[in-house]
Formats: sequence, C-alpha cells, structure tokens
Amino acid sequence: MSEAVKLAEDPYSIPLENINVSDANLFMNDNHWGYFERLRKEDPVHYCPDSMFGPYWSVTKFNDIMEIEKNHEAFSSEGGITLADRAKDFQTVNFISLDPPRHDVQRKAVTGVVAPMNLAKLEPIIRSRAIKILDEVPIGEEFNWVEHVSIELTTQMLATLFDFPFEERSKLTYWSDMATSGALGGGPTPEPVRQAALLECLEVFTNLWNERAQKDPSEANDLITMMAHNPNTQNMDPMEYLGNLILLIVGGNDTTRNSISGGVYFLNQFPDQLAKVKEDLSLIPKMVPEIIRYQTPLAYMKRRATRDYEIRGKTIRDGDKVAMWYVSGNRDDDVIENPNEFIVDRNTPRHHLSFGFGIHRCMGNRLAEMQLRIVWEEILKRFERIEVMREPERIQSSFVKGYADLQVVVTAKK
Amino acid sequence: MPQVKFIEFNGTEHNIDANNGESIMSVATSNLVPGIDADCGGECSCATCHVLISADWQAKLDAATDSEESMLDLNPDRSAESRLSCQIIVSDDLDGIVVNLPEFQY
Repeated sequence: MSEAVKLAEDPYSIPLENINVSDANLFMNDNHWGYFERLRKEDPVHYCPDSMFGPYWSVTKFNDIMEIEKNHEAFSSEGGITLADRAKDFQTVNFISLDPPRHDVQRKAVTGVVAPMNLAKLEPIIRSRAIKILDEVPIGEEFNWVEHVSIELTTQMLATLFDFPFEERSKLTYWSDMATSGALGGGPTPEPVRQAALLECLEVFTNLWNERAQKDPSEANDLITMMAHNPNTQNMDPMEYLGNLILLIVGGNDTTRNSISGGVYFLNQFPDQLAKVKEDLSLIPKMVPEIIRYQTPLAYMKRRATRDYEIRGKTIRDGDKVAMWYVSGNRDDDVIENPNEFIVDRNTPRHHLSFGFGIHRCMGNRLAEMQLRIVWEEILKRFERIEVMREPERIQSSFVKGYADLQVVVTAKK
Repeated sequence: MPQVKFIEFNGTEHNIDANNGESIMSVATSNLVPGIDADCGGECSCATCHVLISADWQAKLDAATDSEESMLDLNPDRSAESRLSCQIIVSDDLDGIVVNLPEFQY
C-alpha cells in the first residue's frame, strides 16, 4: 500500500478543509466512515472548495438533512441529484430531477405500479422467482453471491415491472451500471461508451413503448404501458423518456441488489443478530429496514440552493451544490441509538434516511422492503448458514454504495 | 382528557385517552395502534401516517398546510377524507374524534 493511501485512512491526518467525502476511493476502500464521523463532530455542514465535481457542501447530521430535504423550494432538484455535471449535449430528464409542479404529475403517472394493491399481486411472482434462484445456488462451494443471487433477483424483478422480454433481462443490469458509471465518481467507462449504451436502452424501450401504446391499457400493469397511456407522460420527448427509464431502472436495481448483498454481510458481522432472527422469524419485517439503513444503498442525494440559506452558522449561497449524506445521517447517534450496531429488533427501524424524505421520497420503498422480506424468508427457510469468506469487493462510487463481489459458502439446512 | 377512536381497516376499534397538544400520530404510535407507520417520526415528510377523517370532523380541524398537501398528493389512494395524522393536534374540541386507518401505508 502506498504512503498516500495509508495517510488517507486516518481522517484526522488532514486539515478539515481538505476533506473531500465525494472521493469514490473512500467508498471502494470502506474508509469513508471516519471522515463522516469527524464531519458530524467538528463541521457538520462542511464546504469542500475543490473536487472532481467542483465545490460543494456536505450535510452530515440526520436532522439537518431532514431540514434541507423538506425545503424543496430553497433546495432544488432541477439539474440532477448527483454531484456530477453531465455533458451538456446529453442531458436526460426525470422526475427525481424536477421540482413541483412537473415532478408531481410525472411521479403520479407511475406511482400506481408500486401501490400496495399491485404489490400484493406481485408478491407470488417475486417469491416464486426467489425460490428458483435460491434452490439453484451451489451448496458447500464458494461463489459470488452478488452475481448469482442479488443481481439475478433484482433484474428479474425489473423485467417483471417493465414486462421486459425475460430472456434479454441482463441488458437491464448493463444499462443500470452504465447509467451510474463514469462521471458519478468512479468506474472506468468512457463517456461515449456510456452514451451509446443508454441510446441503445432508449431504442429498445421506444420499440416497447410503440408496441404497448397500441394495446388496451386495462390489460396490462407494467410501467411502460402506464407511461404510454397516461396523459401526463405520453408526450415525453426521448431524453425525458430515457431519463425516467434510467430513474426506474437504477432505482429498482442497484439499491435492492446491494441491500440483498449487504444483509448477508451484516449477519456475518453480527452473528448474535442472525441467531436472534433465526430464533424468531417474525423479526424479518423489522430486520429489513435495518438492512436498508445499515447499507444506505445511495450514499447521498444532491440539491442546489435557490437562495442564500443559513444553517449551523454557515451560509450556503444561491446556486451552491449541497450533498445530503444519507450514509452519514444514518449513523448519527443524536437520532439513532448505537448507530454503528446492526440490530434486527429496533423499535422504530423505519426511521432512517435511505429512502429520503419529503416529496422525493423513494417511490418504491415498499416494493424494496417486500423484495428483501421475501428473500430473507426464503433464505432462512432453506439455509443453515451463508458464510462470507473474505471482505467484499466494493464499487468505486461515492453515490451508489455497493458490492461487486461477495464470496460465500452456503450450508443447507439439515 | 380527550378521547380518540381509531378504527383499523378490518374494523377493530381502539379508544385511547389522549393528551392535549399531542399529535394523533403520536397517540397511535405510543399506544401501539397498528396501521400507522410514521417513518419520518412526525415531520410531515413521508405520508406514512395517512388517516381518513370524515367531513364532520374535518370541519373542526385546521386546513392542511401546503407541505401536508404536497405529501398527501404523492398517495395515489388519496381521498377527500385523507389527512396526515402527524399534523392533527389533540385538543378538547376533538374529544371523540373518529380516525379511520387505511388498508396500507405507502
């Protein structure tokens, strides 16, 4: 290991003003925790004057994040929710990156697909797919859980939501990875490759759209049919359609995928908690939001100030970028007791920031919880143990907090 | 002490003695009335304390603020009776208020 990397492992080794928590390597090496702890203690609203994304503010305490998130007039989502500035000639638009009123109408057009009634209909399909995947994992030999289980499960789920051709579903994973790679603070993908992949995504989905627009919408319950027939979305221009597709693909993919992997990892780190949940399976619905808190699959969301704003004695200026670090707020001990402990029976486990709060709160939060609940119900039914063999390989990104590789050995129940 | 009547979606009733100044959400969660999730803890930021209140009782309540409106609006099952229980504060005027719980929270 080089001297520079060693130095960076100690968050107190550099002056406060030099801290740049948007550095993707911090997350790849799992070194971000100490930096956020220091910021929460010493400078909870922190200005970083220079980064690969330009200058930005970091908000790191739970209640400060809530304050910013609730004030969608002073903190706009227009222009995107990551710190990266995308190429001017390739700008996609989607409702997470819009303010009211456009945000509200577009979001409403697709919310129905994750409405509780629809989720109840989806549950048996998700369960049967989870059972098939789990029944096929190798027993007693080492394999990559991310690839064999987490990716497979979430991709099948996405294909179901879009009614996407099932045999071609791996394309969804590829597009999702492309959408968040490159300028998001990690990944070696050159921008032209990324754009080509996303244009292919648009082309395939445009064909699906044209096909579904001709069909009777009452016979279908998928997202594309919904968008093609809803007056608020049916006239979207191509970049807007692409933007909303990416939002739904990434939103429904990386996040759940990494929470599925994370849960396996955490229960290895906290064997007493595994014992607790094995003893009492009715804890699964409480464990699920705890997994989502502990993982925090999206590390932050960005806003842009629309006016000068005072918070904790600092003045965020009109036009400044602000990163609300959910990954930090979720470990804030002013709000969450023993936040660094993974505890499967917390009293209010849903009181976490991973889904965001306010008008941009994750639309698919109940779907995500349902998927994880089903996965854990089925895992605990059939496996005695999922042993993590070594430290996972993490993704190089300060936005998507996830795993590339998690080697495990599964022991079946006797 | 004002009383609040919660009616679960399946018809189960809970009559709770509440304290003035407390929110209806907090009355429900601190008395373990099922059906209110209250993920954000009462900040009008998640809409998982959605309840249904009849027009008669609504007449005694303050109108929903802009922020309550914008959160309610995210719920595709919103009806004319929809309110967020974290925004309704118990007072003597509300003694006997009937709070119906929806089938699901979002």
